Amino acid sequence: MPPDLSRRSLLGGAAAAPLLSYASAQVPPGPPPLPGAAPDQIAWQFFTLPEATLVTAAVDRLIPPDEVFTGAVGAGVPIYIDRQLATDYGAGRRLYRHPPFHEGTAEQGYQLPYTPAALYRIGLAAFAEWVRAAYGTRFEELAPATMDEALSRVESGEADFGEVPAPVFFETLLANTVEGFFSDPIHGGNRDMVGWRMVGFPGAYAGYTELVGRHNLPFTRPPRSIAQALSDHAHNPAPHAHR
Amino acid sequence: MARRLPEVEVVLVGMGWTGALLAKELTDAGHRVVGLERGVGRQTVPDFQTPTMHDELRYAVRHGLMQDPSRETLTVRNFTGQTALPMRQLGSFLPGIDLGGAGVHWNGQTWRFQLSDFVLRSHILQRYGPDILQDGLTIQDWGVTYDELEPYYDRFERICGIAGKAGNLRGEIQPGGDPFEAPRSAEYPNPPMTQPYAPTLFARAAAEVGMHPFPVPSANVTRPYRNPYGCDMHACNYCGFCERFGCEHFAKASPQVCVFPALLGNDRFELRTRCQVTRVEYDRQARRATGVTYIDGRGEEVFQPAGMVALCAFSIHNVRLLLLSGIGAPYDPRTGEGNVGKNYTYQTMSGVSIFKDESFNFNPYMGAGALGMAVNDYNGEAFDHSGLGFIGGAYIACYQTGGRPIERHPVPGDTPRWGLAWKQAVARHYNSTISLSVHGSSMPHRGNYLDLDPTYRDSFGLPLLRMTFDFPANDRLMSEFLTDKAVLIGNAIGGKVEAARRQGLYSVVPYQTTHNTGGAIMGENPRESVVNRYLQCWDAHNVFVMGACAFPHNPGYNPTDTVGALALWAARAMREDYLPNPRPLVDA
Repeated sequence: MPPDLSRRSLLGGAAAAPLLSYASAQVPPGPPPLPGAAPDQIAWQFFTLPEATLVTAAVDRLIPPDEVFTGAVGAGVPIYIDRQLATDYGAGRRLYRHPPFHEGTAEQGYQLPYTPAALYRIGLAAFAEWVRAAYGTRFEELAPATMDEALSRVESGEADFGEVPAPVFFETLLANTVEGFFSDPIHGGNRDMVGWRMVGFPGAYAGYTELVGRHNLPFTRPPRSIAQALSDHAHNPAPHAHR
Repeated sequence: MARRLPEVEVVLVGMGWTGALLAKELTDAGHRVVGLERGVGRQTVPDFQTPTMHDELRYAVRHGLMQDPSRETLTVRNFTGQTALPMRQLGSFLPGIDLGGAGVHWNGQTWRFQLSDFVLRSHILQRYGPDILQDGLTIQDWGVTYDELEPYYDRFERICGIAGKAGNLRGEIQPGGDPFEAPRSAEYPNPPMTQPYAPTLFARAAAEVGMHPFPVPSANVTRPYRNPYGCDMHACNYCGFCERFGCEHFAKASPQVCVFPALLGNDRFELRTRCQVTRVEYDRQARRATGVTYIDGRGEEVFQPAGMVALCAFSIHNVRLLLLSGIGAPYDPRTGEGNVGKNYTYQTMSGVSIFKDESFNFNPYMGAGALGMAVNDYNGEAFDHSGLGFIGGAYIACYQTGGRPIERHPVPGDTPRWGLAWKQAVARHYNSTISLSVHGSSMPHRGNYLDLDPTYRDSFGLPLLRMTFDFPANDRLMSEFLTDKAVLIGNAIGGKVEAARRQGLYSVVPYQTTHNTGGAIMGENPRESVVNRYLQCWDAHNVFVMGACAFPHNPGYNPTDTVGALALWAARAMREDYLPNPRPLVDA
């Protein structure tokens, strides 16, 4: 397999290993919440309301809305993260959690005893407390530019979160935000496939045999989600070519 | 006390590529074989079907088809003075789980090694003299030659239906192929893939700077195909979900597509899933194995006596099983003695990105795992290393494996990591960026090895494997040289060219490759190797060890073609020579 050879993965990827990798998680049943709704209008499965309010404000600075495409909140990223933390990923079901725990080197990766759920619970409380001490108010009440400054201080580790290193918390939040913006809508984010429309990723199409050799082709078909493709299958039960 | 089963003729530990190939070859010869798989069974239908398989989060990011590190992982450190710590989540490499192993989620990049790779030490000394070898490099000859392996490469490529263009047919250089490849006895079984725009621009630029581009040999087959086992494959449709995914189309070669349809149902073969082998039972006096002990799906410990045992698990798991079983002497980096765990090698990766203007539409999602163009002008011994101070090399490739946006959203290095500028840069560059891979060799060094961790254990209470590894200076020099060559091609393509060089210590965090090689290496004698030229243990003639753990060094190519060829080569030795008359096949 070729690696992710973005500059960062080789040069800086080891700097603060975020919690990235666990079992697939299904979205639990329940009425679909409305992305973009005020946090107190959403039935959170993991977050408390103060946590949800803070996460909502923070992720919309990581991926803000612009004139063309909505940002992380409009894409449902807070709901995506909430659902992830309420299921296998949050529970760290695929995380090796045997002691002893040592800090280790950056090259040795994540070495904290916390599941993602615990990391958020502790990290969000520390984040809120640090902002109150540093800025005298709640994060969500800061001006956007000040929010960005605060997030940068968390990212760099200038902020002291106590037992959870602030950069580990930040990298986990950033990675989960990107996931929520670009993953299939079945997971609760990427509402209206906004992340895919923004870059031009077509989603769950099955193939491009006729198109791959057409060089520099502007590809304009609207993206398609797994749920849409499943629905197409259900309505057109055409026999497969498979034996 | 383990429950004891009746003895079987052959037991295979692990049912990925090598287990499937051995099971097929040995049952065809009339032998009775039991295959033990630690995971569950799975098949193309229903397990790999679209659209649910096309879920980047579930499979590529959360590793839905990969080994579960909560149950078994390994510990890592860069050098012996450090305390190794567990890899608590997957990162740098992604071993598979369940039937078919990593043969399900590989990309299908199917490369042969060079003539010189199999006689590396002799070749290097003869061509350059000893001074080119940096201190601590432990390269050696493999004990088997390319010419001996060639028919087995050819057969594995036919089993997989590899799509490509030969560059060297029996010594005749062929236009359109790789002029630096070792001679082939025959053309590939299927024609090359249709190349997208970015690899085409890469190939044009590489030719402009004097290199020799050709289509990457691909296990994503290009037309309906029936392999030598009678298994049918369909043409790849470039869906862009190969690596980290199962193929829904019967188009990517895998044990599921290419072997199991002709194996499962054979009365001489018994597959047992959810059976985790914990050790090979080794009779030290008799210097032979009596069978294997495993934990079955109900948690019961079972002893399976066997006349012959083949370790067919992923490379590093085979090494761990040897260590847990006490077969062979563990390698000691202080004295250089012992061989089990020695010569652990990896792959030395770097990359180059070329950011083009917005008029370019590369449509990266129209992809396949082994879709792309490459050059081998600076791989292995294709070029003269005189005065360079290093050995080895890399292929430089422009792959288009898929455009899944969680993992792939390239932005120039001066872009902020988040916020509006990041978002707009992602939108701007997603469809107009070319990525080049520099897929470098990994030379063995006396400080890089595998042993058992003294502290951390798996879910059965057994010691984890401990990996001690950093990139040797030789490989860092190689990577600098090769990355410069990729930059040269990037400049000829034109655009904003940025190199991601191989810097810093080896890190287990960012994905690099699942090409973990060495640790149970083959060789000419028991002083310097674990297995002989037929992958038979020097210390137990009825134990064979398959996989890339047998590589004494890792050349600048993907390992699977050689893993398959070696398994088929070993299978012939078992079938025609060993099983009719069990004994050491090479005198120690």
